[in-house]
Amino acid sequence: MEWEAVIGLEIHAQLATTTKIFSGASTAFGAQANTQACGIDLALPGTLPVFNTKALEMAVMFGTAIDAEISKTSVFDRKNYFYPDSPKGYQTSQLFYPIVGLGSLEIELSDGSTKQIGVTRAHLEEDAGKSLHDKFPSMTGIDLNRAGTPLLEIVSEPDMRSAEEAIAYAKKIHSIVTCIGICDGNMAEGSFRVDCNVSVRHKGDDKLGNRTETKNINSFRFIEKAIKGEIIRQIEILEDGGHIPQETRLYDAEKDQTRTMRSKEEANDYRYFPCPDLLPIVIEDDYIDAIRSKLPELPDAKKQRFIDQYQLNKKDAGVISSSTAQADYFEIVAKGIKDAKLAANWLLGEVAKTLNQNDLQISESPVDADALAALLIRIKDNTISVNAAKQVFEAMWNRQGSADQIIADKGLKQETDSGAIEKIVRDVIASSDKQVQQYIAAEPDKRGKMLGFFMGQIMKASKGKANPGQVQGLLKPILDSMCD
Amino acid sequence: MFSKTIAQLAIGLNKGEFSSCEITQSYLDRISAQDGKYNSYITVTPEQAMAQAKAADAVISAGNASIMTGIPIAHKDIFCTKGTRTSAGSKMLDNFIAPYDATLIEKFNAVNSVSLGKTNMDEFAMGSSNENSYYGAVTNPWGENRVPGGSSGGSAAAVAAQLAPAATGTDTGGSIRQPCALTNLSGIKPTYGRVSRFGMIAFASSLDQAGPIAKTAEDAAILLNVMAGFDHKDSTSADKPVSDYCASLNQPLAGLKIGLPKEFFSEDLNPQVAAQIQAAVKEYQSLGAQIKEISLPNTALSIPAYYIIAPAEASSNLSRFDGVRYGYRCESPVDLEDMYKRSRGEGFGSEVKRRILVGTYALSEGFYDAYYKKAQQIRRLIQQDYIKALKEVDVIMGPTTPQPAFKIGEKTSDPVEMYMEDIYTLSLNLAGLPGMSIPCGMVDGLPVGLQIIGNYFAEERLLNVAHMFQQATDWHKNTAPGL
Repeated sequence: MEWEAVIGLEIHAQLATTTKIFSGASTAFGAQANTQACGIDLALPGTLPVFNTKALEMAVMFGTAIDAEISKTSVFDRKNYFYPDSPKGYQTSQLFYPIVGLGSLEIELSDGSTKQIGVTRAHLEEDAGKSLHDKFPSMTGIDLNRAGTPLLEIVSEPDMRSAEEAIAYAKKIHSIVTCIGICDGNMAEGSFRVDCNVSVRHKGDDKLGNRTETKNINSFRFIEKAIKGEIIRQIEILEDGGHIPQETRLYDAEKDQTRTMRSKEEANDYRYFPCPDLLPIVIEDDYIDAIRSKLPELPDAKKQRFIDQYQLNKKDAGVISSSTAQADYFEIVAKGIKDAKLAANWLLGEVAKTLNQNDLQISESPVDADALAALLIRIKDNTISVNAAKQVFEAMWNRQGSADQIIADKGLKQETDSGAIEKIVRDVIASSDKQVQQYIAAEPDKRGKMLGFFMGQIMKASKGKANPGQVQGLLKPILDSMCD
Repeated sequence: MFSKTIAQLAIGLNKGEFSSCEITQSYLDRISAQDGKYNSYITVTPEQAMAQAKAADAVISAGNASIMTGIPIAHKDIFCTKGTRTSAGSKMLDNFIAPYDATLIEKFNAVNSVSLGKTNMDEFAMGSSNENSYYGAVTNPWGENRVPGGSSGGSAAAVAAQLAPAATGTDTGGSIRQPCALTNLSGIKPTYGRVSRFGMIAFASSLDQAGPIAKTAEDAAILLNVMAGFDHKDSTSADKPVSDYCASLNQPLAGLKIGLPKEFFSEDLNPQVAAQIQAAVKEYQSLGAQIKEISLPNTALSIPAYYIIAPAEASSNLSRFDGVRYGYRCESPVDLEDMYKRSRGEGFGSEVKRRILVGTYALSEGFYDAYYKKAQQIRRLIQQDYIKALKEVDVIMGPTTPQPAFKIGEKTSDPVEMYMEDIYTLSLNLAGLPGMSIPCGMVDGLPVGLQIIGNYFAEERLLNVAHMFQQATDWHKNTAPGL
């Protein structure tokens, strides 16, 4: 019997506010432990939270970006549990009345098909601090710098049926939150974390199987591995006649497997109730409309525009539009050289490859869009060959100068003086008597294939600088004239 | 000097009859000589007080004094005071030196008032007798074996024993009004949101409200002028203009409509207390007021509703006391759970633990709808009762407590009987309305308090109604025997 996986994701996107959701402390990443935690973040007696409305604005931006319901009244609740990195003994979150309600978005799969994935809700909450278990012998350190950082928890419907769909959905959310600028999307720093709810059932069953939740996965590759592994694990247990306990699991990237963190029986009763220190958030249509009107072009719209305006294919348009930085880069290059196809090829080819090798984001590329455009323009105007351009790009990456400087320094400029090229052509022909005789002896329709030898010799003689088109244009008429 | 009100002290300071340093030193001397009997202070801060007094005298001589400049007062030990222990009456915070000032403290500092010290209180403001303090029970100056009420029992006893001209308090279910009633003082619990809660250690956030405890309604008005106002650090504070509470103290009461809720005069009320309240109402009639019987039908539900909501909020508010960052931590914990259990088990007193348990239970999965949600619905009904009644009358009057001060130890064995002490005061906190208690008579040598309830943000009117009574009567001038 065939199995079917049912997957839902809970994504925690850290909102890109400069201060915390309920205090004025900075949210910057990487500061010395506990230097960015004020009295409110430390939960000193008597302190009270004050809601940072910037976080509200960002949550509403997200809601409008996926065309979801926006709650005119939303309420903060307390989620009560004891843990040392949760200084108040509760997390301020939104259970009963979240700021963003039902919405949906479209994902595209590798076979070109599309699918709608429902977003159940998105709510505001505060992040916890960090427990440092391996820093002090026999003790645990607590760093509250992260405590109170605003999070938007985006909860999907259990609409995904494979790891591929889950990744496509997670990437789509990632592209939206980074496009609208509410999250820096940095997964390594924990700015975008994914919890995967996975269950399996026989295809055709209505009832959902028991699910497991694998928490806090911080790369797309690990999400894929964790989900695939979890699906196989569950199917194996069920096929052996076993039972899947409802539980929370952790993904261990080193072992590439998930393991139990806590079972349902151990789960906390969070005793949610409305936070009496914060008033309900009440917003008007005007507020929502103003935010909607300020939304930047979203990834889907951008993709369509790239197809229409630049005649990119669907796949390239999809990849390029998934990140605003990449899309902006592309547009600068495409407009600069008036050749979108060449711009896309270089962006998805040489540039992407080199960024990947160096584990860099497009925004960190040593070759910015204007610099790349200055290089590609030299291919377009026949100054350099494509091969030479790759050499130049590498040198630019290593910060050896601008495209034109490097072309000059390395003497990569193509020879385009037709007199000079003709001289080289005639010299090569003169010194290749044997091959010329073979050419003359050959049937006219076989002669084309024999040009390769002469081309090679000419390029060699010109040290690669002769413009291949011009060489071709001269070579054949000269040889053919010798056949008469 | 010790019998003087703030208003009288301010005149003396202004005329140069005495200095703030002189008054402050006198009070400090008196505290050290007398407070052994009452235990009204947890911490006295003589050096800080004298430094503040000196600074205040400079302000006065420079001619920049406001009415509170140089006046020594005492603060309930629930308000964070920078550099001074702020214990909330708990072993849990016995070692806690607050690193910041509560907004209320900042406001008093800004007008150069002098802080004599921090007053005793029921642990985390949970109690009606001040017997739940880690620092021991407080004695009512009106009877050496009597409670001063709670939870602001230390503040009330200090003022009644003339160990401070006035004090701050907080009121979550009656904790200003009931101690005032039991010690012959005038106190007001303002409308919820009128005084900032920032820096006031939370008991039940939706009910807590700070206010003054004073010898007269006029003094309460002077203090409230300093305390009231919007605070951007407290999201629940009201962004509304503040009246000058002294401006209309003397407005005549002719035509004032007073409502008497029949539920406040049931068989639970001590008949002698009832007689005093009726006499006070008669006095108001003679001042031109009209009396109307009204009904607040859900009054009886205020105790069960309150004892769900307040403990529920408290159970969450007190979670931060976990031994991790500050406050009491048990000796040599073996692991995290042990540290939590023993730090909280040893750091909290039994009434606090009782309420944490009740609140935790009420919020638990499966019970939330039956308890917390139901209690919130009842809360709305109680609020609606008041809103309806206050459309017909200007103020509502009744007793503050069912009886005068009871004996120390009398009610400690039965928590429910202790909770009944607040039957007339709790509903106001649930509704968020302002209420006062002022002296209105004596029963067996013990003071009786008249409760005056007004509409939202009608503090100015309440203080006027109280002040006019004190212009016509002398009950508030009675001082405890032996002073």
